[in-house]
Amino acid sequence: MNTVNKEYKEILGDFLPSLGKPDRKWITTIIVLLMIIGIGLLAFVYQVIEGQVVTGMRDHVVLAVYIVNFIFFIGLSYAGALIAGVFHLAGINWGRPLLRMLEIVTLTSLIVGPIFILVCIGRPERFLYMFLYARIQSPLIWDVIAIVSDLFFCIVYLNFTYIKDFAKLRDCSELKVSNWRKKLYTIFSWGYNNTKAQEKLLNQALNIMAAIIIPTSIIAYSLLAWLFGMNQRVGWHNSIFAPYFVLTAVYSGIAILILIMWYYRKYFKLEKYITKEHFNYLGFTLLILSLFYGYFSFSEYITSWYNSQKTESILLSKFWDFSEYGTMFIFSNVFAAIIPIIIIAFPKFRSINSITITSALILIALWFKRYLIVVPSLETPYIPIQDTRMEWVHYSATWVEWLVTLAGVAFFVLVFVIMSKLAPIIPVSEMEEKARGIRFF
Amino acid sequence: MPKDEKSKEFSRRKFLKSGLAVGAGTFIGGGLLSSCSKASNITEEKKTEMIKLLTTDGRIVEVEKTKTYPVTPSEPTVGDEARKGIPGRKFVMVIDLSRCANAGKCTSNCQSGHKLDPGQEYMSVHLMKDHKYNDPYWFPKNCYHCDNPSCVKVCPVGATFKRSDGCVLIDVDRCIGCKFCISACPYSARIFNWKERINELKAENAEDEDKKQFSPETSLPAQMGTVTKCDFCPDMSRQGKLPYCVTGCPMGAIYFGDENEDAISNGTETLRFKQTLKEKAGYRYLEELGTQPRVYYLPPVNKSFPYEVGLKDLTDEQKLKYKNILDKS
Repeated sequence: MNTVNKEYKEILGDFLPSLGKPDRKWITTIIVLLMIIGIGLLAFVYQVIEGQVVTGMRDHVVLAVYIVNFIFFIGLSYAGALIAGVFHLAGINWGRPLLRMLEIVTLTSLIVGPIFILVCIGRPERFLYMFLYARIQSPLIWDVIAIVSDLFFCIVYLNFTYIKDFAKLRDCSELKVSNWRKKLYTIFSWGYNNTKAQEKLLNQALNIMAAIIIPTSIIAYSLLAWLFGMNQRVGWHNSIFAPYFVLTAVYSGIAILILIMWYYRKYFKLEKYITKEHFNYLGFTLLILSLFYGYFSFSEYITSWYNSQKTESILLSKFWDFSEYGTMFIFSNVFAAIIPIIIIAFPKFRSINSITITSALILIALWFKRYLIVVPSLETPYIPIQDTRMEWVHYSATWVEWLVTLAGVAFFVLVFVIMSKLAPIIPVSEMEEKARGIRFF
Repeated sequence: MPKDEKSKEFSRRKFLKSGLAVGAGTFIGGGLLSSCSKASNITEEKKTEMIKLLTTDGRIVEVEKTKTYPVTPSEPTVGDEARKGIPGRKFVMVIDLSRCANAGKCTSNCQSGHKLDPGQEYMSVHLMKDHKYNDPYWFPKNCYHCDNPSCVKVCPVGATFKRSDGCVLIDVDRCIGCKFCISACPYSARIFNWKERINELKAENAEDEDKKQFSPETSLPAQMGTVTKCDFCPDMSRQGKLPYCVTGCPMGAIYFGDENEDAISNGTETLRFKQTLKEKAGYRYLEELGTQPRVYYLPPVNKSFPYEVGLKDLTDEQKLKYKNILDKS
């Protein structure tokens, strides 16, 4: 049996209360989240029974909020994997406390994202046909393959990163938890006893997985972009889409990381581990990404505007028109490309709270950006829509779609709440290595 | 064998008339013609009653009448059999834009034939105006049954497929309703069954429709949550009939036929397919997208009616539909 060293005990000690018996507040949170998920589930059942006529989608706008959510969550997931992989491989020491949050973001959103595809398809009971009758020529199947393999890699990677901490929790006599949890720790620490050989092996495995996960997530998100890029549709048929999507994914990933950091720092009293430096460093990353984002957006719009091809100019005119998408267009560009620069570049405005608020705005702006990619393009086909039914011409989401969306968000939060009960949200062993100055790379 | 133009024209008409009446079924393209060529060798000796037939490459052959037989209409195929296509066929459609006056009968006839709900249109009529000096014109649009179909490419499960006879059809028993084919189609030809069809439910009670197996050739019975579209009515072709839109059109603006036979018909008049396109400058909509549609248009020159005729019977609310064009002219 390994000897529990002092620093680790100190670090673990900080988390033991949060891992113990759930208090009333925790249970209430879980119940509220479950209720939101339940309501969303009911809305989905209603949609299945009545048909998708209960959504705002019609023959032109066939993909809407559900697909926007899908892109959004998958984006978060790939970003989490990408950033965690880079942090790990590059041995970025200050990033160590954030690794676990990133990995949980990855896994959770990788589960939530595909659920929205399931919700969006007209015959969810035939979902398995995607595997049974898969046609490799279809971009949707590329995506299925990418998501399934990414999910596999992420689960393996996540488990690897938990091994050391689970082993410690298994051996920790001070932690009073029920037997099934101890059993869980025992199973998923895979007999890890902190011997030299095991440690070396585990670190090698982690390095390999991190190296696999970085290209996987880039490929997977590019494939997601091509789901749109491969269509002959104005606003989608665009060669910039793959790098643009990868960039927005990383951008939204950093933004959600900051939000989660802020929450845990405040409510779990983790000021010792998550410092202002973290917010500053990630803020600077946001700054760089916002510049890139502005640059990419600009080059996307300028190329379609300059030559004013007929259907493209109709699409663009909807972005300038305030009765159409003007407000959303301004919002998504100002809050994702301009505001972050002002807030973060000037030390006067830069604080933990301001960076957090900026991140929240960026997340919303990026959600709207995806909406602007999906919906207006579908409303602008080559043959202009001629219809008297307003809902056929102009999409607006219905309560069913909002409830399902809300349930997705609630599920995301729920997994986070449960995961942080299961093991410390800060990877204790990583911190311990940091304290000992160990680098395995 | 008489070869002058007049009799050629006569024989073609005669053939097509009888051909359409008897049934443009499975064997005319392949089986029958091969038996025709065999038969024509014998006819020189025995002087039995002869009939003239037009081959797919435009030659006229004489066939002993007793050697020919009417093609019996075949049932619409189902399941995997429906993926094969009618042998020897290559369906095409030609729409003469100079004749369309937005009577809307193509749409309504198709709707009743396919038991569509009101608002669901396989064939829809748009009002178009290409630039400021040209007059608006009516533009009927169905599925173009492209030879390079964007929808078939993106389908994740192979529920939509291209057949040897040119039709792009959908197997709704396979369709998962992901709707990516709808977004991939540059012509907005595909529609989705957002709910159970009211009309079909009524019909079901009347004829016990629900016992029938789905046939991609008839697109019936429809299923909620799946994609549907114009199917080029191969079931009608099997019976030797023209599609619903063609028979519905009072102006005779829509021609349907077979590229192999080089003949198209609007029900009253039969034309040579390639010659018509050549002489009347036939074109395909959005040719530059490379989808290679099987539906051709004849340009709206020397129109039979001014476009306003098509607006006459419309209510003010219906006119709103064409606001984007009417505002400009």
